[in-house]
Amino acid sequence: MTEPILEIRGLAKTYKGGVRALDGVDLEISKGEIFALLGPNGAGKTTLIGAVCGLLNPTEGTISAFGLDAQSHWREVRKRIGLVPQELSFDMFEKVGRAVAYSRGMFGSPADPARIEEVLRSLSLWHKRDSRIRDLSGGMKRRVMIAKALSHDPDLLFLDEPTAGVDVELRRDMWRQIDKLRSEGTTIILTTHYIEEAQEMADRVGVINKGKLLLVDGKDAIMAKLGRTAAHFTFDTPLEAIPAGLSEYPLSLDNGGTTLVYRGGDGTGRGKREVADLARALVAEGLQFTGIETTESSLEDIFVDLVEGREPAE
Amino acid sequence: MNARGALAILRNELSRFFRTAFGSILSPVLTTSLYLVVFGAAIGSRMDPSQFGGSSYGAFIVPGLLMLTLLSESTSNSSFGIYMPRFTGAIYELLSAPVGVAETLLGFVGAAVLKSLIISGIIMVTALLFVDYTIAHPILAFGYIILVASAFSLFGFILGIWADGFEKLQIVPLLILTPLTFLGGTFYSVKVLAEPWQTITQFNPIFYLINGLRWTFTGYSDVPIGLAFGMTVGFIALCITVIAVIFRTGWRLRG
Repeated sequence: MTEPILEIRGLAKTYKGGVRALDGVDLEISKGEIFALLGPNGAGKTTLIGAVCGLLNPTEGTISAFGLDAQSHWREVRKRIGLVPQELSFDMFEKVGRAVAYSRGMFGSPADPARIEEVLRSLSLWHKRDSRIRDLSGGMKRRVMIAKALSHDPDLLFLDEPTAGVDVELRRDMWRQIDKLRSEGTTIILTTHYIEEAQEMADRVGVINKGKLLLVDGKDAIMAKLGRTAAHFTFDTPLEAIPAGLSEYPLSLDNGGTTLVYRGGDGTGRGKREVADLARALVAEGLQFTGIETTESSLEDIFVDLVEGREPAE
Repeated sequence: MNARGALAILRNELSRFFRTAFGSILSPVLTTSLYLVVFGAAIGSRMDPSQFGGSSYGAFIVPGLLMLTLLSESTSNSSFGIYMPRFTGAIYELLSAPVGVAETLLGFVGAAVLKSLIISGIIMVTALLFVDYTIAHPILAFGYIILVASAFSLFGFILGIWADGFEKLQIVPLLILTPLTFLGGTFYSVKVLAEPWQTITQFNPIFYLINGLRWTFTGYSDVPIGLAFGMTVGFIALCITVIAVIFRTGWRLRG
């Protein structure tokens, strides 16, 4: 792992009503990566972001960013962090250009109209710079939120559900934008409940539920560890037992012997190869199957299994 | 200290004020003019100047009216300034920014004070159209207006953080500040009151503010000027302490 840009240790947050939204979270984020925090509603994603960005006081734990303790060096730390919250929230009567310039000033950066223009152009908002925010479309409002967060050139950017409630085209647009930021060296932490999004965007994925990080790993590593291939071979005449020559494969019989089920692989393609080998072996054994159906478990299956507290299907 | 941040907030707040300048300025000016027409010109001409430290009744009430506007404008400007981002959710940005007590006070409270000064200036000019008055201690008057504007902008800021709805935001100025201002001697000298009202008035903090300001205008005060000044400074210190505690604990700001 390269130099960590953010280190979270034992972070916990209990709200006044007694709800424990975060329950001992440890997390390290490397410089330049895109990290997706994946979890259902109410899992603690927004609380985690809020704790790092200063929106709420954590109950326990420490946070350090850029090698500085976020509590004692809050000014330096916050200056370099940008946040795009989930809700559209701004002074609706303000004009786009002014709102973005105001954000830059608030974070202590010197006025820089050229940079503001650059940010607005990159988000296709430049032609709307003199429009009031309230007159913009929903998608544009969301981009204004992003422009505000980017106005002070943060090194670490938090996007809370960046594509919740946006149409397909805008989502693609957002992904392109995030990709561009990554290429410029910005570290990005995004929350999402779209698996597709985590799969598409992130280098690493953390699965969070009920305030606990269940799993943090590279996207491919998660697939390798938990991904599964299932294959169903159907036979007209039921098999009485699993053929002896095939005992090396993870097999089971179903439907009174008319279905031979393979469950194995690791999400890297090994499962598919084994199924092909298995098919040849069956033919060699003289067993005539009449159909094959194979399925790959997706990140979605893994996610659902994890969140529901089950071990991934074997 | 993030000076640029403080300045950005200050400028943003002032631009919000100028965006609605017409209403922000017109309503206090109109209210003050009405008071001056009714009390200063119509009723005041029948009043005996010896009751009011020798000045005309119109000149006597100018500082009181100025105080009336100063208190309500400072309080409402500042309370709305911080309540609006809380209401719209835009507060997230302030909380995530390198902005602390110092920057917030300079930005939000500073802007509210400046707005109050602008309105005070306009009211003093307007008052000249209706009554003849002079300012006995102009520099002290200016300083005193700044002090009072700061005190109530700070108070408004606390109100804006405390309030969890528009109703509370309106109710405190309406039910507490306005009655205290009227009963604090805006339109009369406490000497015209019978006991026990004279004594009760001594417990009204705004009574001291009005008399302090009146002294800088007319040289006349119902209370020693040192006491009036001390009360104002004490009030400011109290408000700053409360705000510092709010920021330290994150009360109503950070869950």
